[in-house]
Amino acid sequence: MISWPGLAAQFTEMLLAVLLAPILQGWVNQCRAWMQNKSGPGILQPYRTLRKLFAKEAVIAYGASPLFRATPYVLFACMCLAAAIVPILGTDLPFSPAADAIALVGIFALARVFISLAAMDIGTAFGTLGARREMMVGFLAEPALLMVLFTVSLIAHSTSLATIVQHLAQAKFVIYPSLAFAGVAFTMVSLAENARIPVDNPSTHLELTMIHEAMVLEYSGRHLALIELSAALKLFVYSCIGIALFFPFGIAAGGDALGLLLALPVLVAKLAVGGFAMAVIEMVSAKMRIFRAPEYLGAAFLLAVLAMLIHFLLEI
Amino acid sequence: MAFESLSPQLTELPGAVPAWRADASAAELPDICQVVKDQGGRLAALWGTDEQDRGEGYALNLVLAKPEGILWLKSALPVDRLQYPDLSPIFYPAQRMQRAARDLLGIDAEAADRRPWLRHAAWQETDRPLRREAAGATVYDQGGNDYAFVSVIGDGVHEIPVGPVHAGTIEPGHFRFSIVGEKVLRLEEHLGYTHKGVDKRFQGMALAEGAKLAGRVSGDSTVAYAWAFSMAAESIAGVTPPERALWLRALMLERERVANHLGDLGYLGNDGGLAFGLAQFMRLKEDVLRLNEKLFGHRYLMDRIVPGGVACDLARGGIEAIVAECGALEREVRLLKDIYDDHPGLQDRFLTCGRLTPNTASKLGVIGLAGRASSQAWDARAQAAPAPYDVLGVRMKTHKNGDVAARVIMRFDEIFESLRLIRAVTERIAPGEIALPLASAPAGRMGLGWIEGWRGESMVALDLDANGSIRSCHAHDPSWQNWPALAFAVNGNIVPDFPLINKSFNLSYSGCDL
Repeated sequence: MISWPGLAAQFTEMLLAVLLAPILQGWVNQCRAWMQNKSGPGILQPYRTLRKLFAKEAVIAYGASPLFRATPYVLFACMCLAAAIVPILGTDLPFSPAADAIALVGIFALARVFISLAAMDIGTAFGTLGARREMMVGFLAEPALLMVLFTVSLIAHSTSLATIVQHLAQAKFVIYPSLAFAGVAFTMVSLAENARIPVDNPSTHLELTMIHEAMVLEYSGRHLALIELSAALKLFVYSCIGIALFFPFGIAAGGDALGLLLALPVLVAKLAVGGFAMAVIEMVSAKMRIFRAPEYLGAAFLLAVLAMLIHFLLEI
Repeated sequence: MAFESLSPQLTELPGAVPAWRADASAAELPDICQVVKDQGGRLAALWGTDEQDRGEGYALNLVLAKPEGILWLKSALPVDRLQYPDLSPIFYPAQRMQRAARDLLGIDAEAADRRPWLRHAAWQETDRPLRREAAGATVYDQGGNDYAFVSVIGDGVHEIPVGPVHAGTIEPGHFRFSIVGEKVLRLEEHLGYTHKGVDKRFQGMALAEGAKLAGRVSGDSTVAYAWAFSMAAESIAGVTPPERALWLRALMLERERVANHLGDLGYLGNDGGLAFGLAQFMRLKEDVLRLNEKLFGHRYLMDRIVPGGVACDLARGGIEAIVAECGALEREVRLLKDIYDDHPGLQDRFLTCGRLTPNTASKLGVIGLAGRASSQAWDARAQAAPAPYDVLGVRMKTHKNGDVAARVIMRFDEIFESLRLIRAVTERIAPGEIALPLASAPAGRMGLGWIEGWRGESMVALDLDANGSIRSCHAHDPSWQNWPALAFAVNGNIVPDFPLINKSFNLSYSGCDL
């Protein structure tokens, strides 16, 4: 059933996601700067970068196909769609029947395929290098993510994210040991998927070590701006999935304006804590050798499987 | 005497380090080199000079080193015969130096590798910029670059070209990786992008000017080069700098070493993904640089060492400030060393990464810090021990693993040793003169300077004309010897580990693209 207030709430949440995503990224970077005894550029820095990039001319590599031009838009659309089906403020999402948790993994995969193809499209060594590393990380991270989502689906008896979150948030308080394992697995996958330390280093200038950055080296101007925004949005969506699944308290049950308004400060507080925690993880870890990534993501997958087994053993 | 068993007539060069010079014919060179190698010696430098102003054609210059001293061999090459025997089968590092000498002067080692080294783009093969008749100011158009890299052929093998423009603010150099998957099968370096004709620029300069130029050969080793140049000039003039000047030189050289090692340790942490290390070590390095600025008037101590002594005295209270800083530094660096040592993620990156075995290092003639991390016990401070190191007594450390971790440990060890030396200097330094005038340098004399900078030994070979200005001068950077070793250290590693391995060597591009 699609209602006008529901649609309004849906679009408010998507807009909020796009607006808040760069701030979350800026917050993580700011925390990292603080932990290095630096003053940091402030949490609005990603916005300044975006403004600069949107104002700049977009240079296209010689010999690039239309795929290269289209990819930033596809990427941005994928992330907006992902933001639309993830409960951010409330669980009454008219779009959520369109795609469930499994389709969400598919949306991320679609974005990954496009950016990898675009990276290989222009034919530089770095693009190909980044694309194949991204694929390696991706094919290891996806199963782990799927297992996490299966575990929570089993708890809620639904694969729709909105229903799952509603179930977890509204049902009477029960401790699910499986969620502890799933939560750790999800955190590990999130770091890998969002190109953070210990798998990738978002702030490196060393082209030979890059994964995500190597793929977007040839982008500039508005294309790069969209890619940066998509990356920020991806981090935001992942954070919101984590929050909604593992710390769902405070999320609005319905689509009424007051409920959403009350849910906003709770979300911001949770994101702030989550972003800080992420910065701490990044500060105390070194980047792994790239062939340690399979071990790392294998461990994440194992934890996710354990979560599912524990659910079957203890929670049914 | 270190080289007495050799046939040519040896002349001892006076000065701070034990050095000799001799003339030898081109045909004799392989035998001499072989004897020196068999006695545990190695090639320290190779370059060409134009002797036409003396009517003698050209000359090949070799500097051979043994722990006890160095020998400067000069081999005349008449205009109608510019060939000499290839020395690279005996001394591996000779390869690139021979190629550079051919590009600059047209003297030819008759080696199998006919590719140019410094000559890039539109610089024609017939242009010999180091010859006397060359104006030295030729401007070339942008030309193509068709350097013939060695290609590796096989199933799934492909190449990654990196550079010369890099994503970070570093010097230019091209690296061609032949890889399969992520594994490096072969790395070939192509340098020479910062060639600027320094040898030509030296010609005709007065000694004071020459010292300034020598200090700019490689900015991070400015103290070492200025000292090496001054040592060569003092050797010619027969002047020994006042004692206080020597203490101050040692103080500056060790401060340069500490500052560079601190910076490298920070970047090594950062390249391993530990930004915390960079933030902490850069803070410490900045403190050292600021104290340099305060005490000596220049953050990197540029132009503080001049022929005859030093350019500035330590201000009142300087000794106390340095001693206080030594204590603080030692405490903090020990703490950071514990953090690096105990960090499993970082140690996983460092250990076994970029291993250069002692055997390979010895075959390649690797020197300096990278050499000592692979059991190559060369340290001009400990062996030739120019004053005041003869009194200070440097305790050279070596490591046998030759991996990134070993080069990290070497840096920590050398920081602690340098701090010990700095303290020793502050205890012994006494008031006095800081410079003597080099009034009249005798015409037509030659001198060598040789000092262990933070990266390895810096050498300056100086030759004066009848007016006492520079007839020819050559500055040699340890990076010449160590760049080829980097390619060997990377073999078999994975591509994303290259930046870490490269940083652990931290070689100079500018210093060997003269």
